[in-house]
Amino acid sequence: MQIDRVTYWRRQLRRTTLLLVVWAVVGLGLSILFVEQLNRIHLGDMPLGFWMGQQGSIFVFIVLVLIYAVLSGRADRQAGLEERREGRVDMSLPPEPKEG
Amino acid sequence: MGIQAWTWIIVGVTFAAYIYIGYISRVSSTKGFYVAGQGVPAIANGAATAADWMSAASFISMAGLISFMGYDGVVYLMGWTGGYVLLALLLAPFLRKFGQYTVPDFVGARYYSKTARVVAAVAAIFVSFTYVAGQMAGVGVAFGRFLEIPFEMGVGIGMVIVAFFAVLGGMKGITYTQVAQYCVLIFAYTVPAIAIALVLTGNPVPQIAIEEILPKLDAIQRDLGLTAYSSPFSNLSMLNVFCITLCLMAGTAGLPHVIVRFYTVKSVKAARWSAFWALLFIGILYTTAPAVAMFAKYYMLNQFAELGPDIVNQSWVQNWAATGLIQIPEGGIQTADQFLAAVNRDIIVLATPEIANLPNVVVALVAAGGLAAALSTASGLLLVISSSLAHDIYGSVINPEATEKRRLFVGRMMIFLAVVLAGFLGIYPLGFVAEVVAFAFGLAAASFFPIIVLGIFWKRANKEGAIAGMSIGLAFTFIMIALMRAQNVIPGMDEPVIDSFMGINAQGIGVIGMLLNFAITVGVSMATSAPPASVQDLVEEVRYPQASSDEDV
Repeated sequence: MQIDRVTYWRRQLRRTTLLLVVWAVVGLGLSILFVEQLNRIHLGDMPLGFWMGQQGSIFVFIVLVLIYAVLSGRADRQAGLEERREGRVDMSLPPEPKEG
Repeated sequence: MGIQAWTWIIVGVTFAAYIYIGYISRVSSTKGFYVAGQGVPAIANGAATAADWMSAASFISMAGLISFMGYDGVVYLMGWTGGYVLLALLLAPFLRKFGQYTVPDFVGARYYSKTARVVAAVAAIFVSFTYVAGQMAGVGVAFGRFLEIPFEMGVGIGMVIVAFFAVLGGMKGITYTQVAQYCVLIFAYTVPAIAIALVLTGNPVPQIAIEEILPKLDAIQRDLGLTAYSSPFSNLSMLNVFCITLCLMAGTAGLPHVIVRFYTVKSVKAARWSAFWALLFIGILYTTAPAVAMFAKYYMLNQFAELGPDIVNQSWVQNWAATGLIQIPEGGIQTADQFLAAVNRDIIVLATPEIANLPNVVVALVAAGGLAAALSTASGLLLVISSSLAHDIYGSVINPEATEKRRLFVGRMMIFLAVVLAGFLGIYPLGFVAEVVAFAFGLAAASFFPIIVLGIFWKRANKEGAIAGMSIGLAFTFIMIALMRAQNVIPGMDEPVIDSFMGINAQGIGVIGMLLNFAITVGVSMATSAPPASVQDLVEEVRYPQASSDEDV
């Protein structure tokens, strides 16, 4: 599906906002603000809040950046915005025909 | 073979490798010198960013700090990784699309002002210098402890090595050397952790082994009359944990030597992916560090529980007491509190292999890893200093007509001078420099981060707003830190002027500076005229990986 530039940017913004909400909920919410409540639950022998703060949140951060890279790459292709050659993007380069 | 012989061999081999790599990736153009010709593959840039990022402090000090902080160590663990999410989503791809050489380049163009650019360049130099002095001192300490040569000579050797590959190879030499340094440091960090995990639990994965160790550690701490290791907010209040974490996150995303890495890759797509690789590579160390912290604490407290006051006769305690990094109080050690107070936090990573009786070669490996961490961070910072001076100040303000050859020459000169100056700062540290290093994050969070984010996501942000926001955010944070640390910063003071700002301590105060910066930039921009159309077009342009054309749908 072909999308235009305005839609592309709107979707990028929505995606970024969603991922940042997850970042804040996991990193600041679950790992700090609600750590005491979460510590009542145990993951194996570990209090969950403690584990989230010292391990889980870092795994979530890595996955968030991965999701962003994959989805943005797909959006670039849909909008025909993929860089066509390596090196610095040349503003004068004529656009190639796009695939739908 | 003894520890010292092994250390000489491992350090010798790794240093020879760094010099060789620096030599084969030497460059002859300014583009190669500042941004490695924008030809670095995403995964290599990820490894280089990780090495650049993980300094002597991450490698040597962090696990020790966490070991003594328990849960509260999350401020470093999350603060120094979560920032990469902000960097990857809000800054890296857009700055790569903008595609110049430095952070002040972007600030200058986006806010159409040479003043803003010079202010940004000065801030970049200031932040980087305070940071680099600590690295050089770290090199001196690592050499001094393991090779038993004088501290000054250790710093000298570090200076020569860094100068060699940085002056010759610029960003390209630095990047590929950092890839090698990442391999050395991550190997040196994980090998002892895996060995200890295996000995303690039979499971080689430290991240899993902690599940078995933590309950035991909590139990020992309770038995000895300490609070449980995993119980939150035993050293810092919830408000402070929150603010410090957020401040370190935003500061990470605002540090010039981290941002500039994303200018070196081939494309916007590569910038996104190299942020992923960087965080993955950093995450390997940052999820291992809390395990190392727990293992170390468990070993130490276990020995103390068994031996009691006799622990002072253990060989590792004796060895470190000889260096002054364990200070046994008069009357010996009676309680667990006294024992923990006697141990310097910085020795945890270096001493744990010894406490766990791992072979000498592993201890030597840790020393080489610490040196790799310090050298790679120092070289990245020196390049930022050199590019700010040669490119942003000399090339754009003092002599804009300079030829390519001349610019490259000035760049090399500046990096050489920066190495020498950083070395001297490492040998003769200024009291306030050491104090400011810890707060570089607060300063970066309060200055760069808000205006770059607003510059990308809000077209209406203008010159007046950015200059006002940046200066007030920076001034507020600096003054607050100075007041809270008056005993170290202001001559003649022996106690802080204020203890905290509404309960927030000096480490977390950057968050307030950052909020001020956001608010003032928005407020002043709204009250003054919109930026020129050409600038708004630039903002529009950085949002799309591919250049616009009139044929676009």
